[in-house]
Amino acid sequence: MSSGRDIRRLSLILLFAPFTLWIVLLIALPHMGMIVLSLREKVAPRVYEYGLGNYIAFAQEPIYWNTLMRTGSMSLLVTVLALLIGFPVAYYIAKIAGHRTRGALFLIILIPLWVSDLIRAFGWILLLRETGVVSTLLQWSGLAGGPVEFLYTDATVVMGLVYTVILFMIVPLVSTLDGMDNAMIEAGYNLGGSGFTVLRRIIIPYAMPGIVSGCIVTFMLTAGSYLTPILLGGKNSSWFTEQIYDQFITRYNWESGAAFGFLLLAFTSLVVWIGLKLSGQTLASTVARS
Amino acid sequence: MIDTSRSGLFLIGYRLYLAAFFVFLAAPLVAAGTFAFNDSLFPALPWQGFTLDWFFSDSEPKLGMFHDRRLLRGLYYSFVIASFVSLLSVFVGTCNAFLFVRGTFRGKNALYIVMVLPLVIPGVILGISILVLASTVANSIERATGIELSILRPGIALVVLGQFSFITTITSLVIIARLRKFDIAMEEAALNLGASRARVLATVTLPFLRPAMIAAGIVAFLVSFENFNTTLFLVGSEAPLTVTMYDRMVKVGSTPVLNAVSFVLMLGSGLLALVSIAVQRDKSTT
Repeated sequence: MSSGRDIRRLSLILLFAPFTLWIVLLIALPHMGMIVLSLREKVAPRVYEYGLGNYIAFAQEPIYWNTLMRTGSMSLLVTVLALLIGFPVAYYIAKIAGHRTRGALFLIILIPLWVSDLIRAFGWILLLRETGVVSTLLQWSGLAGGPVEFLYTDATVVMGLVYTVILFMIVPLVSTLDGMDNAMIEAGYNLGGSGFTVLRRIIIPYAMPGIVSGCIVTFMLTAGSYLTPILLGGKNSSWFTEQIYDQFITRYNWESGAAFGFLLLAFTSLVVWIGLKLSGQTLASTVARS
Repeated sequence: MIDTSRSGLFLIGYRLYLAAFFVFLAAPLVAAGTFAFNDSLFPALPWQGFTLDWFFSDSEPKLGMFHDRRLLRGLYYSFVIASFVSLLSVFVGTCNAFLFVRGTFRGKNALYIVMVLPLVIPGVILGISILVLASTVANSIERATGIELSILRPGIALVVLGQFSFITTITSLVIIARLRKFDIAMEEAALNLGASRARVLATVTLPFLRPAMIAAGIVAFLVSFENFNTTLFLVGSEAPLTVTMYDRMVKVGSTPVLNAVSFVLMLGSGLLALVSIAVQRDKSTT
């Protein structure tokens, strides 16, 4: 009997090995290395000192923290819009569509997921730029006198980001709503609730884990996105990941880039934490739910 | 099915909303694909007629994608990277599935959350943190021994590791979901019939997991192929396709050859997606 237990322990240890290697070598150590690097300053060529200099430099330069705040608030806006636009779609797929259409609709929803960010952004550029499809069509139809530039505005960036991340909102929503017993909704109506009351008192509370999970993933993806803001927003998009790229690649100032990276991670984690507290959910009940 | 509507008008409006949403989803993809066939030097209206030059022409100015050395090289590197990433991540994902579904150990829920985390860490940060660690290690080894470990410098190996670091979460989730549905009685029956543990694994459990492993591998392949954020920081001289395309878009300006590449990529991922669906559909019948 004890040899059976030994085998069990051995196989557990063997299974732990890849998991541990992956998490320690590729997630934990790199992040610690990034934090250590961010605390290092160059005081002279090849001479380094440890301190908070990189973070102080961040705090003293309004451009940096304005960019971080702007990235954060625009990401929140994108998250809210994705929820508002995506919820009706998810509800239709999970609750209203027939069995066959449902599978088909879900597949259509997933199609953009299979296509690179780059191609999606490229498609929007072709549609929205001054010589693009929308501008040309507007001129042909006589609605616009001359070429119209839709790119390089905040509204375009927000729209492009909503487009990029909305799938990650819809998918968890569909899977939570799917598990909801239709009788609960019918009972709400039978008890005399209006459509709005049923939505507010029954459907939304039930879907809360899915809503929060979708919001977390959407927010993190948006705040961490790089391509969409740059390509659709141009040079003035001022997205924080752009600052990180700038410090790392353009200025070759890795210390400050690492500090920026840590700040982005800390800031987004803080927002997610506040969101979890406000909604009364935990990470285990939302994103890690399977 | 529920009739939330009670008024037909509401349902019509709802369906129109859905239709509009799907138009929104399709619009940029259609635009990116269609202009590959426009006989013009710019991916823009007006429509100049149908052509396949942007795929097959072998001379400038309309050098087709299948004759464009740099694009083909990018395609090749993407393919190599994606193959490594999907093999590695399916292997670790399968181990993780057994660990979290079968294993009993303390702190399992906490470790499960740790397993999910890489998916929500911004890709840019995964990229820079792995770059920082690899360079630090390479620098200290070089200082201590004088040996230059080029594998730790930006290049294909680092890109594979960087993508693997978060794609493994995806493959683990897919395979875990499948293993949860496995009826343990099947294994017990095989054991009672005298099969060894290894044999049970090879003939009962792994065949049951195969559809999920294939689907996870396809997803991993596609996510790797289209990844940009993490790759950007780890890329060396062997640029994969997305980086090559981005460079061309920003530096040279877009020509319809990029639409041709987009079209081919969309076609390829569409086919792979269909394969993964077909494989997964199989499982409901077995």
